[in-house]
Amino acid sequence: MSQIETFYDVMRRQGITRRSFMKYCSLTAAALGLAPTMVPKIAHAMETKPRTPVIWVHGLECTCCSESFIRSAHPLAKDVVLSMISLDYDDTLMAAAGHQAEAALEDTIQKYKGNYILAVEGNPPLNEDGMFCIVGGKPFVDQLKHAAKDAKAIISWGACASYGCVQAAKPNPTRATPVHKVITDKPIIKVPGCPPIAEVMTGVITYMLTFDRLPELDRQGRPAMFYGQRIHDKCYRRPHFDAGQFVEAWDDENARKGYCLYKMGCKGPTTYNACSTVRWNEGVSFPIQSGHGCIGCSEDGFWDQGSFYDRVTDLTQFGVEANADKVGMAAAGVVGAGVAVHAAVTALKAAQKKTQSKKEEV
Amino acid sequence: MSSEATDPRSSLTGAHADAEDLASASRQTSVYVYEVPVRLWHWINALAILTLCITGYFIGAPPPSMQISEATHQFVFGYIRFAHFAAGWILCIGFLGRIYWAIFGNHHARQLFYVPVWRGSFWREVFHEIKWYAFLTDAPKKYVGHNPLAQLAMFCFFTLGVTFMIVTGLALYSEGLGHDSTLFKMFGWVFGVFGDNPHYLHTYHHLGMWWIVIFMIIHIYVAIREDIMSRQSIVSTMISGHRTFKDDRPD
Repeated sequence: MSQIETFYDVMRRQGITRRSFMKYCSLTAAALGLAPTMVPKIAHAMETKPRTPVIWVHGLECTCCSESFIRSAHPLAKDVVLSMISLDYDDTLMAAAGHQAEAALEDTIQKYKGNYILAVEGNPPLNEDGMFCIVGGKPFVDQLKHAAKDAKAIISWGACASYGCVQAAKPNPTRATPVHKVITDKPIIKVPGCPPIAEVMTGVITYMLTFDRLPELDRQGRPAMFYGQRIHDKCYRRPHFDAGQFVEAWDDENARKGYCLYKMGCKGPTTYNACSTVRWNEGVSFPIQSGHGCIGCSEDGFWDQGSFYDRVTDLTQFGVEANADKVGMAAAGVVGAGVAVHAAVTALKAAQKKTQSKKEEV
Repeated sequence: MSSEATDPRSSLTGAHADAEDLASASRQTSVYVYEVPVRLWHWINALAILTLCITGYFIGAPPPSMQISEATHQFVFGYIRFAHFAAGWILCIGFLGRIYWAIFGNHHARQLFYVPVWRGSFWREVFHEIKWYAFLTDAPKKYVGHNPLAQLAMFCFFTLGVTFMIVTGLALYSEGLGHDSTLFKMFGWVFGVFGDNPHYLHTYHHLGMWWIVIFMIIHIYVAIREDIMSRQSIVSTMISGHRTFKDDRPD
């Protein structure tokens, strides 16, 4: 790692022609939803800017984010890793291992203080001094804090880093904690999903490199361009929802016809993500298109929202299976019965009073 | 009341009335409690809430699928949601109008929006009303406006309940308009209060409906019961605006 090459240098070295480079810039602009006038800007940035060093650390996670990332088609993950960024440390993707890998991490932190991006996949468990996740002989939370100290910005990959995901589901025995609750003094961009869509991941990186800033974020810190609308808002089965045509059972005729999965517990109406527009595997499909409702994997605490197949959240405070409707109906029933009893007693009392006053008259 | 009739006997003699009736009628008094905007609001609001509960329940648990025609030409669930949103706006704007009237209307119009927790006599009379409902006392007291127990219940069940439903409802509605809408800028914070996953807010809004249903059951029962059992008019007061009293004992 002597002189950092620009992106353009790297691409030319790899035998990419000027023409292919310009095509690549146009495609990237299109993928980001930018105007054609932005293409020269992207090209200029790639010709002049040194590659941004990225440190990619792994905490409690399942590597599904990495698996998704390497399947990106627009831009290709290969282009991102080999040409756009300088992925200096990623224990899953790097050739080095053991001490060499740890040395690469230290090198990068020292050399690019305040200039590298820290990408976090997974989260740190805080119970037992972080002993539930050990990286290079030390608790992951230490590595995270160490690497975050001199980072320019942090990307929280996936539901784990953004919200906690399955390891943070109740009762969360290891106290797995999302990144923004551990690192509070750095700009953090959340890219939730289990995993996030590949093109969303590479798109976010490309945006940050091109414009040298975080994309516009929503209230929760997610990039608005990918998490600005619900699955439901752009779902191709939406007309069946508005028509009131629902799948009633998994094996019924409506399921075969591809009706709305709302009654089967689809979380599309409460889930912000780009699945219904970008889709998965080069735009082949997404869960709803494959006949299964959205499970809301890019939302906070999606493991704790009751069954994937129920519309209404289970309220564990009221017993194992109770949901809002059952609790409400029971309460209304009790009150209704109470009212009936009260009315009966009132009538009896009134009748009693009447007979008494009659007796007194006699 | 009817001050132009100098002697009630003269207008009543033709009617089916005996001497006692006539004596009683001459003693009856009424107070104008609920002004026109309050009464109008009450019934519009009641209709809106009924619509909201029915359509809201269906939004949470949709009716069986209907195969009327192609999805393009069928809008059943869309109409249910439309009715919910339209009634929601009527409820919301009506409530704002009601707050306006609480400020500019007569003092009875303000009773819905506060509970005089600082007043000892208020709590004593709440206790007296509870005894009346528990059949522990023979007669309730007379009140021109709400009785203290009713005021407390109205405030907790209705005023707080409807405020909660309006705020959460507008937040949920703003999601449909989009994150860049003015309404989301105004009410997006509500999601943060109840947990980042919008699913929580759906659940609480849903529970809120049952809170209002419970209010409706009690409200209607108590209004009818008080109309029969208490010493003043209740149901007709919300139609005519006049509170009449059945006796003229001072307490």
